[in-house]
Amino acid sequence: MKVGHMKIAFRRPSVLPGFGVTLGFTLFYLSLIVLLPLMALAMRTSDLTWSAFVEIVTAPRVVAAFRLSFGTSLVAATINTVFGFIVAWVLVRYPFPGRRLVDAMVDLPFAMPTAVSGIALTTLFVGNGWIGRWLEPLGIQVAFTWLGIVMALILIGLPFVVRAVQPALEDLEIEMEEAAASLGARRSQTFVRVILPSVAPALLTGFAMAFARSLGEYGSVIFIAGNLPMKTEIVPLLIVSNLEQYNYPGATAIALVMLLTSFVFLLFINGLQWWTRRHRMKGIS
Amino acid sequence: MNTTLNAPLDLTNDAPIATAATDPPAVRRLLIGLALGFLGIFIFLPLMVVLVEAFRGGVGLYLKSISTPDARAALRLTLITAAIAVPLNTIFGLAAAWSIGKFEFRGRSLLLSLIDLPFAISPVISGLIYVLMFGLQGWMGPWLRSHDLQVIFAVPGIVLATMFVTFPFVAREVIPLMEAQGTEEEEAARVLGASGWQIFWRVTMPNIRWALLYGVLLSNARAMGEFGAVSVVSGHIRGLTNTLPLHVEILYNEYNFAAAFGVASLLASLALVTLAAKTAVEWVSGRSHNRLH
Repeated sequence: MKVGHMKIAFRRPSVLPGFGVTLGFTLFYLSLIVLLPLMALAMRTSDLTWSAFVEIVTAPRVVAAFRLSFGTSLVAATINTVFGFIVAWVLVRYPFPGRRLVDAMVDLPFAMPTAVSGIALTTLFVGNGWIGRWLEPLGIQVAFTWLGIVMALILIGLPFVVRAVQPALEDLEIEMEEAAASLGARRSQTFVRVILPSVAPALLTGFAMAFARSLGEYGSVIFIAGNLPMKTEIVPLLIVSNLEQYNYPGATAIALVMLLTSFVFLLFINGLQWWTRRHRMKGIS
Repeated sequence: MNTTLNAPLDLTNDAPIATAATDPPAVRRLLIGLALGFLGIFIFLPLMVVLVEAFRGGVGLYLKSISTPDARAALRLTLITAAIAVPLNTIFGLAAAWSIGKFEFRGRSLLLSLIDLPFAISPVISGLIYVLMFGLQGWMGPWLRSHDLQVIFAVPGIVLATMFVTFPFVAREVIPLMEAQGTEEEEAARVLGASGWQIFWRVTMPNIRWALLYGVLLSNARAMGEFGAVSVVSGHIRGLTNTLPLHVEILYNEYNFAAAFGVASLLASLALVTLAAKTAVEWVSGRSHNRLH
């Protein structure tokens, strides 16, 4: 790029037409639909003084909601990482009848409207539901407790982990495992020392994506959560109830904290993917 | 150790040759059981529950619950919203893919991250930002009011919020593919005298059509099923600003479970059709979608 007397080029020359038009439209549409409204949020928050902002986001009810959202998302993403890995492993390694159908169905939580998943899960887990009736005698109540929130978040985060790990497992060379075995490694050693390190970045990406999605999830959670302030009220619901009471500063301040958290995660995920790509390229060359 | 070493030598055995990288049958069965059990609870049972509850009162009641005036108004609004949001986002996705996928310029990766933004934002916040912009107390609120225009608690707000949440879908599917395919074919067409449109329709389009179709399907499913963002901007006016997912919520909260699941079953079928089409697209295009990423 740094060519002596020539000025630094904005783009590499190309014979293909249409760059200006398509880039122009892309930037225009992006600004109109995404950037401008997001700026409105930032501007709104700047109406607040710093102390007012701090007062809003450190109120006990808000802190409880953040703790609940982070806690349940963490539990759900962790469970998804373990089971998502098992699902991906089974789909990649073991032929069994109906495997293609199962593989296709993994994407259902992406395609299913969240409200539908929410009412379906609630119906399953209430005291007389198909699953709830087995848990009730054991004294376990899922619906309308934090456990219910975890269930909803597992459902919506599940495809992220499976779809992140699957390609990494497909890329694994069986020869490596055979080599490990021929050098005397037990299967469990091969798993810990050979397989796990190769898929670790993909697992971490899947975990981060499932976690980020869980933090903001609304539709599938509110039906099963119970929505009691201080107990089972997630952050997105708190934003909505602030809005419904026309408490715009409150909604905006809480939303800004959430937004910044999401951006940190987005950066983290992008960094991970960049690192993984580089890592793999090195492996190939 | 000895048994694994001897196994491949046993040529009389018809079973597939076990290598050191295969797991014992007991482990296989356990893992398959765990995987299917997990998917059973979180994917198959919820789907079953929707269908069973929808038809609990019989087919007559089911048909009645999905054809009430409110349900029909909700269906109409959902279709209108998708019919506006999906084509616009498709045009955007193609434009973005052409500029980002076929050219190298500075700030390209920043632009890619910005396009991904809506994925990282809670649906509730996606609705909130439009309320802050167009609501009565919003940025443009006074101006809109003086011109007797309403965006929030009206159809335009619902369409805008839907456009926001489905914004990256098409772009996300098409950009990596266009990038991976490079520019040689297009350049060859250019050298042979093809115009920009001709290059796009005759050279690029056939290469990306399956990914494009997949992106459109996904964004349509999300557009019709979006709940959080739309819920914030809609105002929940029955028959006017209720989409199908919001209608499900209202019915459910009124303890009208049969009707709620009836309408929900429509949305669930949409999800199943989307998945079936996705699988068909993968099958026709002859490669696993996962490998594209």
